[in-house]
Amino acid sequence: MNNSENELSRRVIIANDLGLHARSASKIVKLVQNAKFNVWIIKDGKKADASSIIDILTLASPKGSTITVNIDDRSDLEILNNLVQLIESGFGE
Amino acid sequence: MDHTDKKEIRLKGINVSPGICIGKAYLVGKEGVDVVNKYYISQDNLQNEIKRFKSAVKRAKDNLQKIIETTPEELRQHIHILETHKVLYKDKMLYGKTIETMEKELVNAEWALKQVVSNVKRMFDNMTDSYLQGRAADIVQVSESIMQNLVGAKALDIGAIRKRVILVAVDLSPAETSQIQLEKIKGLITDLGGKTSHTGIIARSLEIPAVLGLESATHLIKNDDIIIVDGTAGCVIVHPTDQTLIEFGERQSNYERYKAVISRSSHLPAETVDGIKLDVLANIELPEEVVSVINYGGDGIGLYRTEFQYLSRLQFPDEHELFDNYKDVVEVMAPRPVTIRTLDISGDKGLSYASDPDEKNPVLGLRGIRYCLKNPDVFKIQLRAVLRASAYGHVRILFPMISRHEEVLAAKKLLANAADSLDKEGIDFNNDIEVGIMIEVPSAAIMADVMAKDIDFFSIGTNDLIQYSLAVDRVNRQVSHLYQSLNPAIIRIIKHVADVARNNNVEACICGEMASDPMNMPILLGLGINRLSMNPQSIPIIKKTIRSLNFKDTGLFIKDVLKETSETGIMEILTGTYGNILQDMGYNLIKVS
Repeated sequence: MNNSENELSRRVIIANDLGLHARSASKIVKLVQNAKFNVWIIKDGKKADASSIIDILTLASPKGSTITVNIDDRSDLEILNNLVQLIESGFGE
Repeated sequence: MDHTDKKEIRLKGINVSPGICIGKAYLVGKEGVDVVNKYYISQDNLQNEIKRFKSAVKRAKDNLQKIIETTPEELRQHIHILETHKVLYKDKMLYGKTIETMEKELVNAEWALKQVVSNVKRMFDNMTDSYLQGRAADIVQVSESIMQNLVGAKALDIGAIRKRVILVAVDLSPAETSQIQLEKIKGLITDLGGKTSHTGIIARSLEIPAVLGLESATHLIKNDDIIIVDGTAGCVIVHPTDQTLIEFGERQSNYERYKAVISRSSHLPAETVDGIKLDVLANIELPEEVVSVINYGGDGIGLYRTEFQYLSRLQFPDEHELFDNYKDVVEVMAPRPVTIRTLDISGDKGLSYASDPDEKNPVLGLRGIRYCLKNPDVFKIQLRAVLRASAYGHVRILFPMISRHEEVLAAKKLLANAADSLDKEGIDFNNDIEVGIMIEVPSAAIMADVMAKDIDFFSIGTNDLIQYSLAVDRVNRQVSHLYQSLNPAIIRIIKHVADVARNNNVEACICGEMASDPMNMPILLGLGINRLSMNPQSIPIIKKTIRSLNFKDTGLFIKDVLKETSETGIMEILTGTYGNILQDMGYNLIKVS
């Protein structure tokens, strides 16, 4: 893992067939609603606010693409873990 | 518009209203958003303007929540889209950005929203992924509902459509459907909804072709696209090729010609060649349908299904609401009879607020009169409403799913109690209301002679009677071929009930699908049935069939039928004896179309 030196950042591969579509994005947004600070999703240098479905969708991430989930503060570590789990599990689809 | 460069797409949906139409698509709720005025807001008024925006969002969101809650179980899979919409309302890129724009530019909410949405839309339009391009539609839909709440306009103004079009919508509410004007709407298709939905019933009664439950029609079809709606087959064709257009053009004119011939004579009585007159009545679900009953020449309502008012809602309707509905129907139909069947919640039409999801075998479970006798409070409300309506015309009451004699007595007792309570309150009703029972369970058919002593009429519900008697689930593909209305066992059961009715001077009416097939008329007539009830659209052809038959002959014919031991044998002598007459009825045409 490249980012192991940075505990605020995790790289994940999109596992579900549909990619980051409206329904999966809304699941991310629901999790992020509990975050105390900002949560970001980064793909190919583009940064999206993880509390906005629209912003997440603009990243256009199909199955197999690599994204980075980033939190601004340690207090949201649990949310980061949950997010990674959600994405890796293919959003339970 | 050039349609040759686009590929023909065929969509399959639920056929709710027969007929074929070809025309331009009109997407409901997709127009008029561009006419947004821009004006400036003073700093003092900014907070009020923001408040106005926020409450418009809230109203739109609440409205959506209501739609989600009232969506029936079978359509739950569509709800995911709506759940996403719900989250979108408060999305930073939409909600936050609009407020930001208002603050920065001091413009009105509509203008700010419009700018934000067109920015977002541009972003999505530039994407290469077609799925994501499609998501722009979700955002547009959400913003439109906010816009509608801001402007304070009615949800959809179908009444304002100027050209003859085919309506394309996600779903239509009863209020929206009631705005449909025939001279402007050729047909309608929706993403949601099913056969028993309000939209479907209205389309049938207005006789416009309709296909519902297409799931993605609003995404695939654009304004002014040429589309074909085949409401008979339940199919929609987008961007048809020239060849398809010619093919469906022919089918359309065949259908229209056939309908014209049939309906010309629909008001003549259903009298056999030798002068025996039959009553041909209609089955309905909604008050709106009485118009088509009268148009098609129905002699009354033989079966008014009352479940609809209990479906798609959060709690039981009250007495007043039920009464209003019944009274509407009764007054319009008077002096013709209206047979109101009490609540028949069944396996496929469970109420979300009053059903037991763990019931393993609902068709054999707590349904019809069993449910009502177990819930006398719910039952009493309906009984009072029916009785009150009886003061306004010719009302008859019908109890469903009777399987034991005790049920008849218990239901009649509750009816008497309801009558007493009205009497005490000094409310008018017909004290001598005719009471009937559905014969749809074999035990009731066998006990018909006992039942006959306590009732005024039998209503033979052939759909369930066949299902229960032959032990065949007609939706189970493995066995559905065994569902045969001309099975000799079924004919004997009907004969038994008809004989009991005649001997006891009680009336017997057939009210299942069996009554709407011209093919069955020689047999039903031969069994001495003189009352039929069916969907309004079938009345003209059935009346016409009856007018071509000789009652005495059918009486002789039935003797041969009763000698047969299989439905194939019965079918053979039926086509052998009556094939020509039935052919003349355009019978083939119905089956083909």
